[in-house]
Amino acid sequence: MRSESEDSSKTEHGGRTEWLSHMRRISAHRDQAAFVEVFEHFAPRVKAFLMKSGASDSLAEDCAQDVMVTLWNKAHLFDPARASVSTWVFTIARNRRIDALRKERRPEPEDLPWGPEAEPDQVDVLSLQQDSEQLGRALSMLPEKQRELIEKAYFGDLSHSEIAADTGLPLGTIKSRIRLALERLRHAMR
Amino acid sequence: MNTINHHLTDQLLMAYAAGNLPEAFNLIVATHVTMCDECRARLESFEAVGGALIASDDCAEMAPDALGDVLSRICEMPSPEIRVSGDSRAGDKLVPAPLTDYVGRELDRVKWRALGGGVRQAVLDTGGAATARLLHIPAGKELPEHGHKGLEATLVLQGAFSDADGRFARGDIEIAGEELDHTPVAEHGEDCICLAVTDAPLKFSGWIPRMAQPFIGI
Repeated sequence: MRSESEDSSKTEHGGRTEWLSHMRRISAHRDQAAFVEVFEHFAPRVKAFLMKSGASDSLAEDCAQDVMVTLWNKAHLFDPARASVSTWVFTIARNRRIDALRKERRPEPEDLPWGPEAEPDQVDVLSLQQDSEQLGRALSMLPEKQRELIEKAYFGDLSHSEIAADTGLPLGTIKSRIRLALERLRHAMR
Repeated sequence: MNTINHHLTDQLLMAYAAGNLPEAFNLIVATHVTMCDECRARLESFEAVGGALIASDDCAEMAPDALGDVLSRICEMPSPEIRVSGDSRAGDKLVPAPLTDYVGRELDRVKWRALGGGVRQAVLDTGGAATARLLHIPAGKELPEHGHKGLEATLVLQGAFSDADGRFARGDIEIAGEELDHTPVAEHGEDCICLAVTDAPLKFSGWIPRMAQPFIGI
């Protein structure tokens, strides 16, 4: 594992919203140049996440590649009013990890995607992305012990009965924001 | 969608977000979230924590030919289908989407077995350390009194039941720990159908149900 300090400055200075335009270029125009940049940023992070979750180097490599292929295929399902690109990538990587390591089925909630006739509200999108960045900052400012506990839970080291759901993170704002986006979505679908 | 008054715990939502639940609990969480936008928003906020972790600077170097391999894979793929409109009825169907793989769209694939007192159950085919079952309690009847060694989650799909913890109607989920010795009673008017998940066998307090336990797979 190595650290990419040049990338961290990128994320801090509006990098998250930058990835949104990449996702739009991928879903609307099948833009491979955008995909290459997304790959170079996220694939090594997904691989590191999978290795921390107990996958060997070669399994993590294969799964990280699959995750990026899924990102390309399902780009049209990404909803920027409800998730940052990192969050969406995390859910794909988590599902791939379950398939690879557990061999169990993973029932998913029925999705509520935006239809072609409606686009998410841009104000919702920007607020959600800002909330996500704030969450990232809050996570990095947690005491080491508490952060480790969260990592253990998300890397699959804790069973559901061992998980302490009180993360010490301000999740209320982001939850309310997603709730609002869901209400607009339900309304738009009527 | 009807109003839902009883929700998932943070613990179950976070464990689902992290991908640490046995299949049977994944099933009940996914089914409740399909019916409940409040828990969907809470779940997605826990997923944002995973996003924040993956956004950190920990990287593992990809194989030298990884990008080339992935590019040739995506080039061979047909364009994805045009995006489908969301289904505003998601969550309104008797059998919410995540459950249809296990029981059919109209509960048509359920193999019910009698539990006595008119109550029927069907154990669903899930792997892992927990068990999922459907319970069918006739209107006005009760489930044999039982306690738990572990965790039990009960989601109402049709009708309603009441027990010491309150009234549970369609979409409501009851999370019971070891402390609860409860006797759910179905309301009059409509038979009650629930999805129930346990991570340890139920303990029935009556003598006959306890004798029958090894045979009926509770």
